Amino acid sequence: MTNGQDKQPQAAEAIEAIETIETPLLLEAMFQRYGYDFREYAPASLRRRLRRAMQIEGLATLSAFQDRILRDSKMMARFLNIVSVDVTAMFRDPGFYRTFRDKVVPGLREQPLIRFWHVGCATGEEVYSMAIILHEEGLLERTRIYATDINPRGIECGQNAIYPIRNMQEFTTSYQKAGGRAAFSDYYTARGDSIILRDFLRRNIVWAEHNLVTDASFNEFHAILCRNVMIYFKLPLQQRVHQLIYDSLVMGGALGLGSAESLRFTPLEDHYEPIGSAEKLYRKVK
Amino acid sequence: MKYALVVIGASLGGLRAMQTILSALPADFRLPVALVQHRPQDAGDELAFVLRKHCALPLHEVEDKTAIGAGAVYIAPPGYHLLVDGDHFALSTEAPVLWARPSIDILFESAAEAFGPRLIGVTLTGTGQDGALGLTVVHRHGGMALVESPETAHAKEMPQAAIAMGRGKIQLELEAIGPYLVELSLKE
Repeated sequence: MTNGQDKQPQAAEAIEAIETIETPLLLEAMFQRYGYDFREYAPASLRRRLRRAMQIEGLATLSAFQDRILRDSKMMARFLNIVSVDVTAMFRDPGFYRTFRDKVVPGLREQPLIRFWHVGCATGEEVYSMAIILHEEGLLERTRIYATDINPRGIECGQNAIYPIRNMQEFTTSYQKAGGRAAFSDYYTARGDSIILRDFLRRNIVWAEHNLVTDASFNEFHAILCRNVMIYFKLPLQQRVHQLIYDSLVMGGALGLGSAESLRFTPLEDHYEPIGSAEKLYRKVK
Repeated sequence: MKYALVVIGASLGGLRAMQTILSALPADFRLPVALVQHRPQDAGDELAFVLRKHCALPLHEVEDKTAIGAGAVYIAPPGYHLLVDGDHFALSTEAPVLWARPSIDILFESAAEAFGPRLIGVTLTGTGQDGALGLTVVHRHGGMALVESPETAHAKEMPQAAIAMGRGKIQLELEAIGPYLVELSLKE
């Protein structure tokens, strides 16, 4: 709505009425053409992303957007960046990592081979945060982290392990708050205005495209992180994805959600018990 | 009822302003109230804790997909944008807007699209421009657009920006906002 300040109330209402007709048609077109299924995404935030895309592409209507995106796969890739790439950070919510270290890591020590799934890994910062924790606990060598995302661009960033140096001060603070045991700068090498993470952090990570809406589970895991991914889904889709995650966890396995997410609105709530009080970490108990 | 939802946004000086407004709402206040207060991402739940002491209504920090229930106060969790999605709240971690996450504009715009003329928007004290566009959208959808008077606001920049952006905003002294919300909530 950023470009509509001078419109009359009736005009704004008419535009929204038309958008209500156009949106499902556009989403259906994206799904049929490219297999990306946004039909069950939460409408309010999807609407914002669609408007941003139209603004960037210089298109006045969703119908025009549909016409173009059907014929231009690069436009689809650009839209995917708008929908899926959120700003993320290393050790985002330091308390979460601290609780993981104190409450989940001891159970992982018993496993000869640890399988870890990071769902919706975006550009990889949080994947490496966990790799650092596991390294400091002496577990990284026998862990395989599967990092997946809907967006190939995010996967590529994660694989490259190159991040802007300007964020390092903030990440260092969060690392320390998360209970880091070394100097954060031990984990990277500076190169101009970027840093590259050390090789040993990257060795045990498998990066792959995975679409939670259309793809199935691919293994059984001892821990799954899916933080601030399902907030973009409508409740029925959220519940289906929770089922997929539940089916992918070993008994006793740990699930990590974003700080304002909850199991309250899923039928699986009583299949988990909370780990710690404040952080959104759960253990599968039945 | 004429109105169905109140959305309030504040930045610098907002804690006291929100306390003042909430303490004027009686326990039988019928409308749901959604609050955005700018604060750092790692802020804990102190805001909810402090506001509860001044509020006769149940007060919740929103979790994703929380239903919008009558006679309750909902605050945006730190580090997330708060959106209205039909009859419930939704959250987003998209980039900050005007350096703010939660963003007042995002709450107000999504609420205006969901509730139209049944919405009351209130922009309070603060530095910056957040809440100006959002309140303008509330008015454009036929909702009631209220602004804390810049003269007496702790920080006048945000109320001034809201007033400067288009017509139709009603200015009120902070102490008058709560009682006016009660009056509006009784309109059929």
